Amino acid sequence: MVKLSKINSQPNMSNTEAHKRVKDLAWLPSYAKESLKYPTDYKFSKAPKDTMKQVLRSYFAMEEEKDNRVYGAMDAALRGNMFRDAEPRWVEWMKLFLAIIPFPEISAARSMALLSNVVPNDELKNGYTMQMIDEFRHSTIQMNLKKWYMENYIDPSGFDISQKAFGKCYATTIGRQFGEGFITGDAITAANIYLQIIAETAFTNTLFVAMPSEAAANGDYVLPSVFLSVQSDESRHINNGYGTLMMVLGDPDNHELLERDIRYAFWQNHAIVDAAIGTIIEYGTKDRDKAKESYAELWRKWVYEDYYRSYLVPLEKYGIKIHHDDVEAAWDRITKSNYVHKVAQFFSAGWPVNFWRIDAMDERDYEWFEKKYPGWHAEFGAWWDHYRELSKPGSTPIVFADTGYQYPHRCWSCLVPCVIREDICVDHVDGELYTYCSEQCRWTHKVAFADNYNGRPTPAMGRFSGKRQWEELYHGWDLADVVKDLGFVRDDGKTLVAQPHLHFDDSKMWTLDHVKGYEMRSPLIDLRAMNEKDRDKSLADYRAGFTIKPV
Amino acid sequence: MSKISDKTAEAGSKKFAGSTSRKYNYYDPKGRKGTLYEDVTVDVQPDPKRYLSQGWIVSFPDGTPAYSDKWTKIKSSDWHKYRDPNGEWERNHYIRQSSIEKQVSLTIKSAKDENQFIKLDKTWSKILQDHLGASKHPEYGIGMIFQSAQRDGMSQMINNSLLINAADKLRYAQDLSIYIGEVASMIELDEASGKENWMSNPMWQGVREVVETFSATTDWAEQTFAINLVYEPLVGELFRSGFLMQYASSHGDYVTPTVVSTAEADYERNLDYSTEMFGVFFTDPEVGEENIQVAQEWLEKYVPLCVKAANLLQPIWSQPRVKVTTYAEAYQRANERFNSILKHLNISLPKGVNL
Repeated sequence: MVKLSKINSQPNMSNTEAHKRVKDLAWLPSYAKESLKYPTDYKFSKAPKDTMKQVLRSYFAMEEEKDNRVYGAMDAALRGNMFRDAEPRWVEWMKLFLAIIPFPEISAARSMALLSNVVPNDELKNGYTMQMIDEFRHSTIQMNLKKWYMENYIDPSGFDISQKAFGKCYATTIGRQFGEGFITGDAITAANIYLQIIAETAFTNTLFVAMPSEAAANGDYVLPSVFLSVQSDESRHINNGYGTLMMVLGDPDNHELLERDIRYAFWQNHAIVDAAIGTIIEYGTKDRDKAKESYAELWRKWVYEDYYRSYLVPLEKYGIKIHHDDVEAAWDRITKSNYVHKVAQFFSAGWPVNFWRIDAMDERDYEWFEKKYPGWHAEFGAWWDHYRELSKPGSTPIVFADTGYQYPHRCWSCLVPCVIREDICVDHVDGELYTYCSEQCRWTHKVAFADNYNGRPTPAMGRFSGKRQWEELYHGWDLADVVKDLGFVRDDGKTLVAQPHLHFDDSKMWTLDHVKGYEMRSPLIDLRAMNEKDRDKSLADYRAGFTIKPV
Repeated sequence: MSKISDKTAEAGSKKFAGSTSRKYNYYDPKGRKGTLYEDVTVDVQPDPKRYLSQGWIVSFPDGTPAYSDKWTKIKSSDWHKYRDPNGEWERNHYIRQSSIEKQVSLTIKSAKDENQFIKLDKTWSKILQDHLGASKHPEYGIGMIFQSAQRDGMSQMINNSLLINAADKLRYAQDLSIYIGEVASMIELDEASGKENWMSNPMWQGVREVVETFSATTDWAEQTFAINLVYEPLVGELFRSGFLMQYASSHGDYVTPTVVSTAEADYERNLDYSTEMFGVFFTDPEVGEENIQVAQEWLEKYVPLCVKAANLLQPIWSQPRVKVTTYAEAYQRANERFNSILKHLNISLPKGVNL
């Protein structure tokens, strides 16, 4: 029997019908011209379709529902005493990760202004609106997750200084490089290619899918709720990216710029995201199930197979040159050159100036690493032996101890240290000497971020700026003064926020006194001060690498 | 009770240095203690004047940093002082917007179920077609201006307020499009007429001129000031509250006021944040006076444009069959509203600028 309420019922308009109408809200101005705030060197051709067909009416309800689930999960986790079983090794790394990620998120929101300003397509602008609000969501939901850890995890120190730490730390620099790239320079380079086409289409899987899986394996089932919810918004952004890309692909005049930007963006994403997320996933976990995929295996699946082969390579049919050798080089760096492990080694070397704890690796970890990355033990086992030995307060901080380790140069482009030592290269830009982790990063600074590309003027392209090398800020400083200046000291005024262990016990925790008397230096300043002969020798020694002494 | 093992990572299970530091401690709350809004907002956009020790590290080609105080004529001794009085962040934003959309949808659906639109006075349905239809375009245009402006402010609090303002305006513009489409599904109504009126009816050309002028500037603070403190009281509210809300019910229309009231509620909130923001700028101990001077320039530029835009709309008031009120009365109320905003901010109209 039909319901009484159905007899007169008139359904409201479908989203497809609604979407048709909202496309027609824009108009061509005739009294004044919209200012061009964020130029691009690209030209626009054909108008694609926004296939998402979403309007704000349906969008808001959907996001509210998603939020309800996330916040419900947070409450449920507390009722279920999640922190009784969560692994501190994991949660500690969230101090770093969650300090970084809200800034790139909100930068992505801001970057929608760049696209709205230059892309002559009102349908896509509707998509940018939703992406803008999504990214606002991501920034505040992540700040809230961090607050939740701070309130409920055994050691809130490091969470409590989060946004201050973000602005001051040597490791968060790479996250700033990542996020600032979305909001500066050429509007299409920044917001479409770098953000949407590479970061969101290729690398969010490692960020927002691999991390939740690792979190769950470490007894943290709230991060998955938050990040999988975030990831569910990404399909909209991937769609925005593809639609925008289709508008610039059509004009052959853009192809050279696309080649430049895809190359720059892919390499930067690899260098930054793989360094940070690779380290967190491989070194922040207690789960050493041998059946579990390693970061390298995940990368192969998501970045290499799903993205490179299925998304990037097909772009060649439009006449775009894709740098296959860079994708292979990134894969080789992860698998043959142990990129992630060398970055983790660097993070652990620099522990006193961190604002999170790094747990030492143990035999179970060694065994897993060796299985997943054959040869790992020969190269890194002794390092972690030292790290464990030197974790007691009163020991020499490992970076100053006689282990054979040498503090690395930093890459001027991606800002990750030049940890694959044989690949270091140097160049002069505007008369100044710089160090780079790879040829691709040298090219990025010298060629891509310049006022012309292959002789063609690129007046909209951004520039590297500021005090890019963190070490320069503290050249010649005492380590204890550095930690004080950073503000990475606990509320008793003397105990370090960072600790090289997971002992929640004052008697085992390092204080400022323990790190007095060690001088920090900037390798780049020292390198620039050398004459040419000494510099060449220094770089040759650097490329030759080091061997960690056995304990 | 299960025994808590040694391994627990629960808060409070051990005491050591820093183990009770459970609040973000890097910013000064506006009130006695930090609110949830402040916790998830403050310092997410960093600043070299606060903790960004390396400065901005990727810039525009001319060396302009990622965020530049040169993008506005307004100055500030502390860009981070302003807080959104609405305290809006993602969760309460979605709850608010979603409940608005549900209410609008329900009202439209019940009117369709009751076949209510057939009962509309003919002069009124033509007004919905021509003028409500035209009005969705400036709402959209302003939404896009805020979508652009939210990139440029000097703090996270400022930019998030502008972003929310963009979301409000674009939601309302879309809702009007959908609503007019819904009416057109029930009675004869030309959906294209709104845009035609917007583009060429002389009554709307003053509004179009002022909205297009907003988008010609690159100064986010100028846009916020001009839109929320000048245009909205003199033109936006004048048409929404002073015309649509007044006349609808006498012509058998109870749906339009529901749709339009959502924009009025949005504006109350957006007015609150704007007066709070400019209150901070105008009372700045170092540059408050300079900022007031800048605002005087903006008033000189935008008040005449908005007065012209309002006056050109005047003939619309004589189109409905039932004369509920007059343009003069509506404009008088708009003037009072505008003057109350100036008074609240302790600023006055420059000499020679008249309403």
